[in-house]
Amino acid sequence: MPGMAAILRLAALALLLGFLLMPQSFAPLFTPLTQYGAPPIYDQGNLLTLALAHLGVVCCAAAASTLVAVGLGILVTRPSGAQFLPLSRTLVNIGQTFPPVAVLAVTVPLVGFGEKPTLIALFAYGLLPIFENTIVGLQTCPPQVLEAASGMGMSARQRLLSVELPLALPLILEGIRLSLVINVGTATIGSTVAAKGLGEVIIAGLLSNNNAFILQGGLVTGLMAILLYDALAGLERRICRTAHLE
Amino acid sequence: MSVRTALTVPRLRRLDPLGALLAGAGAVAAVFLPFVVLKSNRIVPGDPRGLLDALPAWGALGCQAVLICAAIAALGVSNARVRLGAALLGVAAVALAVAAAGDALTPAGNKVVRVAPGAGFWVLLMCLGLMATDAVTRMRPGPGLRVLFLALSIVVAGLALAHGTFDHLSVMREYAVNADRFAREARQHVWLALGSLAAAVLVALPIGILCHRVPRLRSGVLGTLNVIQTIPAIALFGILMVPLAALAAAVPLAAALGIRGIGAAPAAVALFLYSLLPIAANTVAGLKRVPRAAVEAARGMGMTSWQILTGIELILALPVILTGIRIVLVQNIGMVTVAALIGGGGLGTFVFQGIGQTAIDLVLLGAIPIVALAFSAAVVLDALAEVLDRARQ
Repeated sequence: MPGMAAILRLAALALLLGFLLMPQSFAPLFTPLTQYGAPPIYDQGNLLTLALAHLGVVCCAAAASTLVAVGLGILVTRPSGAQFLPLSRTLVNIGQTFPPVAVLAVTVPLVGFGEKPTLIALFAYGLLPIFENTIVGLQTCPPQVLEAASGMGMSARQRLLSVELPLALPLILEGIRLSLVINVGTATIGSTVAAKGLGEVIIAGLLSNNNAFILQGGLVTGLMAILLYDALAGLERRICRTAHLE
Repeated sequence: MSVRTALTVPRLRRLDPLGALLAGAGAVAAVFLPFVVLKSNRIVPGDPRGLLDALPAWGALGCQAVLICAAIAALGVSNARVRLGAALLGVAAVALAVAAAGDALTPAGNKVVRVAPGAGFWVLLMCLGLMATDAVTRMRPGPGLRVLFLALSIVVAGLALAHGTFDHLSVMREYAVNADRFAREARQHVWLALGSLAAAVLVALPIGILCHRVPRLRSGVLGTLNVIQTIPAIALFGILMVPLAALAAAVPLAAALGIRGIGAAPAAVALFLYSLLPIAANTVAGLKRVPRAAVEAARGMGMTSWQILTGIELILALPVILTGIRIVLVQNIGMVTVAALIGGGGLGTFVFQGIGQTAIDLVLLGAIPIVALAFSAAVVLDALAEVLDRARQ
């Protein structure tokens, strides 16, 4: 079973890279989907550049949301921030009922078209899963462990850095993974507000009624999301394993 | 010692930190940010107006007085009910003020001028909403009370809208222009979200039961469904459009049933596929939670395995399955929005049209009902799951 998964993973990666680096060699596959001699492969921009821009926006936003969400999560689980805890949990619940598209759409009129609204929407929406998982991770540290740490004479700061955060790390990483995957999807919709990204290919296909563009845009974005999810899950398992071995 | 204690002046009660934050932000918004924006037509940037310039003097003063009371309650009152009451009064005052500003600033009979709520209004509303949310969270209301509260809010909002209180505001102007289409798109939105949910329940429940009975299947099936969930919505819509278009071309019956490459069909299929994982996974988790003793006892009583499944296992697993349905419904209501891009209709139509025309009022006309729908669905299903969970114990 693990061998099978590894083969599938490698095949998906090879397919994605092959398509991004040499899209024209796939042209015969897509030609039957076009009408009236329309180009079978997206020709209004370099696919690789678009994919990298897409990843760049997603990762920048995720890095910013991680910093803020983990910081806030630490803040509300300290005694001084305890008053904010119930409210922040409710807010996370309410926030998740907002569709990411709505967040994106409302940001546009405030900051204009382009990368900016996409970055802001991705940042805001990406906060939720990371914040939620940070709180759960920090709150579910076994009390005996915390007492033992205090008994060893650790200061609150030392306890946080070398006991609580490492114990919460798997959950925090899971939150980051969830938020990255949601971001890949939302960034696709970002193309409707003129952000550079893979959504451009799908939108161009919809506008020019070219099924080949729609399909290749969908496949590239889908493959990228799946591979990203898979890679992060692998990284998570790895980090957790080393953390448990120590 | 006792003398010293008696002599100390009673220390001022510490200010509520959350209240201080909200009151501070609200005050800044009320003083420095525009309460409404006056636009000479629907797409040009507008002329910002503060609370005092937008309202007749008595109205502005009344609104400010209510806001100051709310701020005092936020800072110094610890009773959650009082805080909730103050916050709701504040919400009402701000809403009435923005409606009055719309009436006051719109020249009679002018259909081109737009009065849109400004940043100050939104920040005030957010601060008051946070204060109310915090108070409700502290009161820990039961499921019945939460649903009652939701129903009351819907009735109040509905009455205000029916009465035409907000008719001079920009979003309602967009509604007036699009009223027929709005009803149609809203119905389509709900229909797509609920229809794909119903189909997914019919398919995912048996999948979940099968995965529970045959553990060998579990990781493979749930893993595959998980991969589908990872694909972004618009990408999955795109991937499905090609085979559905081919199906419609090859099978005339499919085309007659309305299956086409573009439109609602790929959206419905994609939403259905997305809905499978949460329901199947929660069915497995719920069935796993059923105590073995209950199943053994039922078997001892001579119940057949079908009777055990429908009469005991599924009933006991129901709260967890309902949690899965809640996740799916909220997710679907949000995702139907994207269906508008491929001609599937729904409230997303207004969102994307608004983006295209840079008309924020049109975006809001689509986005506000979507958020309200998703929020109401979450409250109702959460309450239902909690009631069932209590009944189970």
